[in-house]
Amino acid sequence: MPDHLLPLDSPTAVSDPVGVAAPPALEVRGVTKRFGDVLANEDVDFRIERGRVHALLGENGAGKSTLVNIIFGLYQADTGEVRRNGEVVNLNGPRDAIAQQIGMVHQHFQLVPVLSVAENVVLGDEPTRHGVVDLGEAAAVVQRLSERFGLDIDPQSIVEDLPIGIQQRVEILRALYREVDILILDEPTAVLTPQETGHLLEVLRGLADTGVAVVFITHKLREVMAVADEITVMRRGRVVGHTVPADTDESDLASMMVGRPVELRLKRTPASPGDKMLAIVDLVVNDDRQTQALNGINLDVRAGEVVGVAGVEGNGQRELVEAVTGLRGVISGSIILDGEEIAGRPPRQISTMGVAHIPEDREKLGLIGAHTVADNMVLNRYHHRPYSRHGIRRPAAVDDEATRLVEEFDVRPPNIAAMVATLSGGNKQKVVAAREFSHESKVMVAAQPTRGIDIGNIEFIHRRLIEYRDAGMAILLVSAELDEVLGVSDRVAVIYGGRIVSCEPAEGIDRDRVGRLMLSGADG
Amino acid sequence: MSDLFIRFRWVILTILVFVFVTLFTAEFQQAQTTAVLASALRQSTPLVFGALCGVMCERSGVVNIGIEGQMLLSAFVGFMVASATGSLIAGILAGMATGALMGAGLAGLSVTLQGDQIIAGTVLNIAAFGISSYFFQQGLTLPSGKTPQVSLGPLADLPVIGRVFFINRPLTYLSLILIWVVWFVLFRTRWGLWTRSVGEVPSAAETVGISVARVRYTNLIAGGCLAGLGGAYLSLEAVGSFERMMTNGRGFVALAVMIFGRWNPIGIWGAALLFGYASAVQTQLQFRGWLADDPQFIGMIPYVVCIVVLAGFVGRARPPAAVGQPYSRE
Repeated sequence: MPDHLLPLDSPTAVSDPVGVAAPPALEVRGVTKRFGDVLANEDVDFRIERGRVHALLGENGAGKSTLVNIIFGLYQADTGEVRRNGEVVNLNGPRDAIAQQIGMVHQHFQLVPVLSVAENVVLGDEPTRHGVVDLGEAAAVVQRLSERFGLDIDPQSIVEDLPIGIQQRVEILRALYREVDILILDEPTAVLTPQETGHLLEVLRGLADTGVAVVFITHKLREVMAVADEITVMRRGRVVGHTVPADTDESDLASMMVGRPVELRLKRTPASPGDKMLAIVDLVVNDDRQTQALNGINLDVRAGEVVGVAGVEGNGQRELVEAVTGLRGVISGSIILDGEEIAGRPPRQISTMGVAHIPEDREKLGLIGAHTVADNMVLNRYHHRPYSRHGIRRPAAVDDEATRLVEEFDVRPPNIAAMVATLSGGNKQKVVAAREFSHESKVMVAAQPTRGIDIGNIEFIHRRLIEYRDAGMAILLVSAELDEVLGVSDRVAVIYGGRIVSCEPAEGIDRDRVGRLMLSGADG
Repeated sequence: MSDLFIRFRWVILTILVFVFVTLFTAEFQQAQTTAVLASALRQSTPLVFGALCGVMCERSGVVNIGIEGQMLLSAFVGFMVASATGSLIAGILAGMATGALMGAGLAGLSVTLQGDQIIAGTVLNIAAFGISSYFFQQGLTLPSGKTPQVSLGPLADLPVIGRVFFINRPLTYLSLILIWVVWFVLFRTRWGLWTRSVGEVPSAAETVGISVARVRYTNLIAGGCLAGLGGAYLSLEAVGSFERMMTNGRGFVALAVMIFGRWNPIGIWGAALLFGYASAVQTQLQFRGWLADDPQFIGMIPYVVCIVVLAGFVGRARPPAAVGQPYSRE
């Protein structure tokens, strides 16, 4: 550990002694919280200062959400105290936190989809006239707030009709409406596109400049370095370090989060591409509303190379993945797998012919949550020998294979009888990856393979992608994370408006240029 | 206003058709037409009370299939109290209290104990059948008679409509007022906004400081009062005595009315009138001796309408998102 990342219990890390400076806006002291056998927070100290953006960093399950839920009154600490402006406060529910001017933007938005933006913002604290909710006044307030903070929103729109990024602004507005002093955001960027993220970070910066204490939880290091004034790192329920961006860098932070050195930049050898495994020719595909999503695209993937598709979400990536894996019909054009046409064939046949698929939405398309790890490991081949014979399942063979894969892919907990729904996101993704990689496929279609999982697991999945590439697999990687596309791919294709606007070797590619292509489809 | 028309276009269309048919028949046989319409209103009143109870509960996220039981036991208790004290007002209040108490019971089972709401509602129904049948005594009467008829002066002299809407008994008038009151509470007041948000996303309500349990308890008890009025209407206003199983499935039809009315009191009124009209037509046909050998077929009419409506229109209606799910904070 570098010497500037001092553990908090080290004497030199203690900043001003009590009583000298003004007390912090909020301070958590010695908080411990236990859920059954799990120690979610252990002796946690945490300070939030006015006018600062404080990043709370840590892997999934490190205890970040537990900590902020205690601050927001949703959980009560077993021991320890929360001080607001130096005075101990009892937070027995969100109502108490709101009274203390603490606001929170939840990871899963707490909005009522059928109500309007204005109704959602004022909910719980409505302006009324003679007992009637004054929606005109509510709309006016929302309008004023959204203009003041540069959050372009129509107060009359119904929340469920809005894109995710805008819904998040509604959550932020709700906090601003209550004139919060402290705004906590739980993984606010997990669901956002890169532009939305950029805009959110600007808004947070602006809020901090008006004196609000902003706490945001994340495990994305780039964002932390870009916007944070202070950084607190948690691991396994404990605070393991506190620093400022000037004193650290992404790889230090990653090591602290994971507890061991992490390679942020993937170590990789140059690819040695072989035969053309997947050829997409003049492919035209419609989206769910029957408008053209892919306007005749051409793309090749050769054995032993990773082709990354970069693009802002909603430019046809999803339709591309679904067409190649057989989940979506093809209007015209062809998809050739190792010389054979697969366009329009049913998904199981395409899978059997050698296309593996790590789907974008692992919960919906990748796994059956209520089934065991073992059953999920053979979802794509349970009907073949040795997993079933004459139509009868053979659990012993399934268990053997699952035990082997759980070990090889380091799924935790290593219990093949566990229900998949009980695993963490990263471990769920490992189950999907284990199943798809072990099917001896020719082509791997990996859509957002590391979405919502933590650094240790991202590193793991990336290494696997490269290993299978080196073993001769053709890999089509689709990701909204530009860093991922650039770090893993051998060639980078940019998709914009249903067309591939550029396709070139990843070696020496200009990140900004790719960004411009993603945004406008043109370079410049 | 225009989106109200669009949302309730089926209800509005149905009402228009009935108005048209009615005016047409009234041209020939005014007496019978008025009788059918008045009977339709009478038949729809308990459905309105039941469905308003349903809408209070479901808008806050609790399914109440115990409305049948709430109405039955309220009818019984209301009648017994009115019979013993000789006061109709005491009877009506006792009916409301019974409904409210059962609503509180449902809240206890489904909110506090987080039990299955369908089972909790079934418990209410079984309890009501059992208690009202066990304590039922033949031969009791109301010393004061049924609730009196009240004529609203000059309005009552209007052709057709006057006799139907403006010569009625107190609970019928009350139901017509409560439709608008419940609508106003749900869609214009703070409590209504809280109720709807609790029924859609309870965790969202909780995070802005609204107590989900308090909203649900209050609405279930208020809804119980409404169902209690429906029960009191049956025994004290419509019939004037209590009979075993006298609700005869009206509590369940009220749920259909609530769904057809799209969880909106005004829609509910239209839907209740439709079902009431079907019942009235059925009575009128039996009265005239149509299919006298097989009266069961005529008796089916309201239930067939119920099935057709539920099968035909309900698919498009969207219930509150959190209906039926117990809520817990962690």
